[in-house]
Parts: sequence; C-alpha cells; structure tokens
Amino acid sequence: MKRIIALCAAMLFALAGTAMGADNTFRLGVYLPLTGQNAFGGQLELEGVQLANQKAPTILGKKVELFVVDNKSDKVEAANAVTRLVDKEKVRAIIGTYGSSLAMAGGEVAERAGIPQVGTSCTNPLVTQGKKFIFRVCFIDPYQGAGAATYAYKNLGLRKAALLVDVASDYSVGLASFFKKSFVKLGGEVVSTLNYQSGDQDFTAQLTDIISKKPDVLFIPSYFAEGAIIMKQARELGATFQIMGGDAMDNPEITAIGGKAVEGFVHTTFPYDPSMKNMSPMAQQFTAEWKKAYPKQDPNVNSALGYDAYMLILDAVKRAGSDDPAAITKALAATKNFPGVTGNTTINGTHDAEKPVGIVMIKNGKKTYIDSITPEL
Amino acid sequence: MTLAMFIQHLLNSITLGSLYALIAIGYTMVYGILRLINFAHSEIFMLGAYFVFWGVTLFHVPWPLAVVLSIVVVAFLGVLVDRVAYRPLRDAPRISALISAIGVSFFLQNTAIVFFQAIPRAVYTPEWLATPIVVKGVHVLPLTLFVPVMALLLMLGLMYIVYRTKAGLGMRAISKDIETSYLMGVPVNRIIALTFGIGSALAAASGIMWALRYPQLQPIMGTIPGFKAFIAAVFGGIGSIQGAVIGGMVLGFIEIMIVAFFPSLAGYRDAFAFILLIAVLLYRPTGLLGARQEDKV
Repeated sequence: MKRIIALCAAMLFALAGTAMGADNTFRLGVYLPLTGQNAFGGQLELEGVQLANQKAPTILGKKVELFVVDNKSDKVEAANAVTRLVDKEKVRAIIGTYGSSLAMAGGEVAERAGIPQVGTSCTNPLVTQGKKFIFRVCFIDPYQGAGAATYAYKNLGLRKAALLVDVASDYSVGLASFFKKSFVKLGGEVVSTLNYQSGDQDFTAQLTDIISKKPDVLFIPSYFAEGAIIMKQARELGATFQIMGGDAMDNPEITAIGGKAVEGFVHTTFPYDPSMKNMSPMAQQFTAEWKKAYPKQDPNVNSALGYDAYMLILDAVKRAGSDDPAAITKALAATKNFPGVTGNTTINGTHDAEKPVGIVMIKNGKKTYIDSITPEL
Repeated sequence: MTLAMFIQHLLNSITLGSLYALIAIGYTMVYGILRLINFAHSEIFMLGAYFVFWGVTLFHVPWPLAVVLSIVVVAFLGVLVDRVAYRPLRDAPRISALISAIGVSFFLQNTAIVFFQAIPRAVYTPEWLATPIVVKGVHVLPLTLFVPVMALLLMLGLMYIVYRTKAGLGMRAISKDIETSYLMGVPVNRIIALTFGIGSALAAASGIMWALRYPQLQPIMGTIPGFKAFIAAVFGGIGSIQGAVIGGMVLGFIEIMIVAFFPSLAGYRDAFAFILLIAVLLYRPTGLLGARQEDKV
C-alpha cells in the first residue's frame, strides 16, 4: 500500500515538474471582433498587437504567447471568449476589446476571475467603473465628448446642435450625452435629439426632421459604417450643416462608403494618425515598423491602440517583476506617463487613460489630422 | 410639419416601401407555390449585391452589364439551391424543407463571410441615379423614382408569367395540388426550378437596388431587410403577389411616418411598426389579400 502511495506521489511530482516546465511562457489572451459589424477595427487592433508581439516577443525571460479569440462583434460571444481564455487557455492577462458593449460583457468575466484586462478602444465610462481588474489604453467618452463639443463651440463657432443616436449602443448613448452636457455648459443649444437602432439603414425620416430644425452641427456618435450612410442620406436630403462624430468613425472605409458626402466631416479620435504632423519619435517608429510588416495597409489609430495595449501590459509585468495576475493589476494601476504610440498615458483613479484628444477632418477625400486639444471637463 | 416636409417623408417611404415590396414578391412567389418559406432568400439578396460589386470593381464590367450578369448567375444559383437542398425533400414533411432552408441560409451567409470577409464594403452607384433633383425644397433622388417603377414592372411581369403563360398554369396547378399535377403530366420539378430561378432573380434585383440606396455591402446585410420583407409578405397575404407589394409599401410607410409624426419614438420604430401589423393580422389572420386556405397537412 505504502508503495502505491509513494508511486502516486512520485507521479504527481513528475506531473508538477512538467507543468513548471510549461511555465516558461507568459500566456496573454486577446479577444477582439474579427467578424461581424466591428470586424474592421478588430482586425486592425489584432495586427497592432501582433506587430508589438514581433517587436517585443519576450518578457522576464519568458516567451509571450498570444491566444486570440474572435468575439464576433457580439456581447454573448465576448463573454464566452473571455471565459475560454481564462478557463481553458489559463491566460495571465487579457487585451480587449474594440467596442464598449463587448468590453463590458467580457470584462464581467475577467473581473470575476481576477485576470487583468486592458481595453483597446472601448470608451464608455461603465467599462471600468467599479472594476478592480479592468483598464484601458484609450481615453473615455466624457473626455472625448467634451473634446468634440469644445471644438465645435470654440474652434468652429457653432451654436445650435442636433444629435442622431443609436439607442441600442452603450457607446453611442454615452458619447451623445457627454457631448450634449459639455455643449450646453459652453453656452450652446441642442435643438433636436433623435434615435435609431443598430442595423437600421434608412435614416431619411430622422434626417428630414433634423434638417427642418436648422442646426449648425449634427453630432453622430455612430460606428463608421452607419455613420457614412447617415451622412450620405443627409447630403442627399440637402443638409448643409457641419457633421461631427467620435472615434468610431475613424476608419479608412468611411470615405469609400460615404464618397463626397463625408467631405468636411470632423471627428475626435486618439492622437495618432499616419498623416499627422509633429509625430512623436514613438509614433514615427511605429509607423515605419507597420509599413514594413503590412505594406498593403496603412496603420490607423486602432492598430496603434492594439500596439499600446500590448506594450502597456508588458511594461506592467516588467515593473511587477512577475506575471502573477494580481501583481500585474497593481502595476497597471500605477502606470504614470507611459510613452505610447498614442501619446503619453497615465492610468488614473478610475483605471482610464489620460491623454490628449485628436481632431480629424476629411479633406479632399483624405483623412487629415488637424488639431489636438485638451478638453475642459 | 410643412407640406414640403410631408412630401419628403412620403417620397422616402415610397422608396423604402418599394424595396421591401421587391423582396417580399420573391418570398411570396416561392411560398405560394411550394408552401415553403425560403429563408435563403435574404442570402440570395446579399449575393446579388455582392456579384455586382465584384463585377464592377474586380472585373471592370460596365455597371448595367454587371447587373444583368449578377441576376443571371444568382438565378442559376437559386435553381441549384432547389436541386441540392429542397428537391430531395419534396416528399418529406414540410418542416424538413424549412429546416433545410435555414441551413442553406446559414451556409451561404458563412461562406460569404469567409470569401468576401465581414468588412462592410462601398458600393459603386451610377452618377445618374445618385444626383438629387431639388423641386421646391424637396430633394428627390432619381433612384427614389426608379425603385418603385422597377417594383411595379417586375410585379406586372410576374403576374403575366403566373396568370398568362403555360409555365404559370403549371405553377398554379402545383400550388393547388402537387400530387395531382404529377399525375396530370405537369413537369413539376422543372416548373419548381423555374420558380426558384425567377424568385432568386427577383432577390438579386432587390439586393442590387437596396445596395444602391444604402450603399454598404456586408455578408449579413440581407437578414434584416429579408426578415421585414417576409413579414410584409405575410401582412399582405402570403402567396399573393399584389399582397406582397401592398404589404411592403405599407411597412415602409409606417416605418417612416412613425418617425415623422412621433420623432421621439424613432429608436423604437420597429416595435411600433410591428405592433400595428400584428393588430391588423389579429383581425385578418390571412393578411390583407390572403385567401382562406385549408391546411391539408
């Protein structure tokens, strides 16, 4: 009997030994929308993460192993993706995701499991609110909404605003209310707020109504595919007012879909763009690396955020001196002036990134980075 | 609301309604003859739009030719779908064919995601259809007039085929009693293949026009319009061609006018539009123009 126990113990040690051997990798989970409505942004972010992985493949002498799961632009799939990363792949930290609704669904799971999650371009405040393990490398919507309102009111001198909001998207509803709040606080007037639902294709009824209210600016906190169609229909109906939007409009396809209708469109975004002047050395280096790795496609801000999220996690692991999830979380929360491609990032008390807001305008069919502003909250 | 605004809303609803009507005709045709809800219809719709896109951007085919080619290719695809997925189930319980239709729908959609990628794509729109004409403050796209005219012409063409030709006679015979049609020497399989060909061609035509109006291609683009058009077909009385057109127009009208008169409900317009439709169906269970049908199953 004793022999058998000894044998079992020996086997157990042997097993433990192999498990220790496998510990020579840092297991990093990535969940992004690679198919569905948000696939374009998700794909670019993934390529950014992969580029960062090529650039910095090891940390603390361990190989960084990426586990990529598609969340299919779907809230339920996002939660499933994180469950899989945590339970099956046993990852130590998670990057994700594009889209606030998706990040919230996935974040619930990561929070319960105690695995740190770093969001790429999820900008709704609720993503990190009351969460211990959830962070992000992007600024949040109150910041961005205030940026758009400040630019519209002060720089463009616009006084009457209308909004067209997707009621089925947390991002859209949130950004709209922050824009409204700041715009009114600055002294502007909101003449109309109308809604639609994700997946709608016909906005002519709402736009006809908005046009009759004669606003100076229409703010559309939508995703680019819907945004481009809204602008197209607005111009077809004879709208001449300025149209503005948020970071979800930052996508090269917008000019392809919208054509002439998107000319003059202004949106806020993260302070990175391959066309921007006075690029930081970090951003210059990233642009050069990207062009070498993906010669067919220009980098955009999503790719830069994917890259920054990866580097931020590695930086935290380095400062923590360990890949223990709790230690990484502690180090992430203490991030100060981390030099990223999208500007110097400080993680604040609510686990959100503080960084400047970029302003982009579509000029002659080309996205042109025109300004960076620090909004008044 | 000013008169100009009302006319603008009216024009908007005619465009949307006639697009629904076009899709609904295809649903109603297949249902009327086979009692089969062809769920793959919305995927055929999507493929029609994509084929024009590939024709114009990849092969540099002139737009009108690309449209014709796409409709022809998609019509054959429809016949193929019938041959592979529905014909072997002709004698099986109706529910099996229905499940097969759902299967085809998922298959086509996922194949499209693999081959076309999920990224929304821009659509080429001919200049003459997309330059708005302004009359007394009302903005009219030539497309706005083109779509209803096409819907009307296709409806008349289809009614001619069904009620005036020999093949149409076969279709009507099959819709009454498939077994007896066999016995009377009607080439059932050939007529049904023709039905699918025409139905798919209609789906392609509506997909192409939908893409002109809402210039964005996605593998899932057919789902919501297809779903709504199906409801429009049921509302108009499924199986009836005129019913499908009326149902589509009514749905488009309700969707636009709800927003026009109650802007605050805009985000929930589908809910209100469907409450209205359900209310009508409660009083007329077979739809506006649907004949009472005895179920033989």
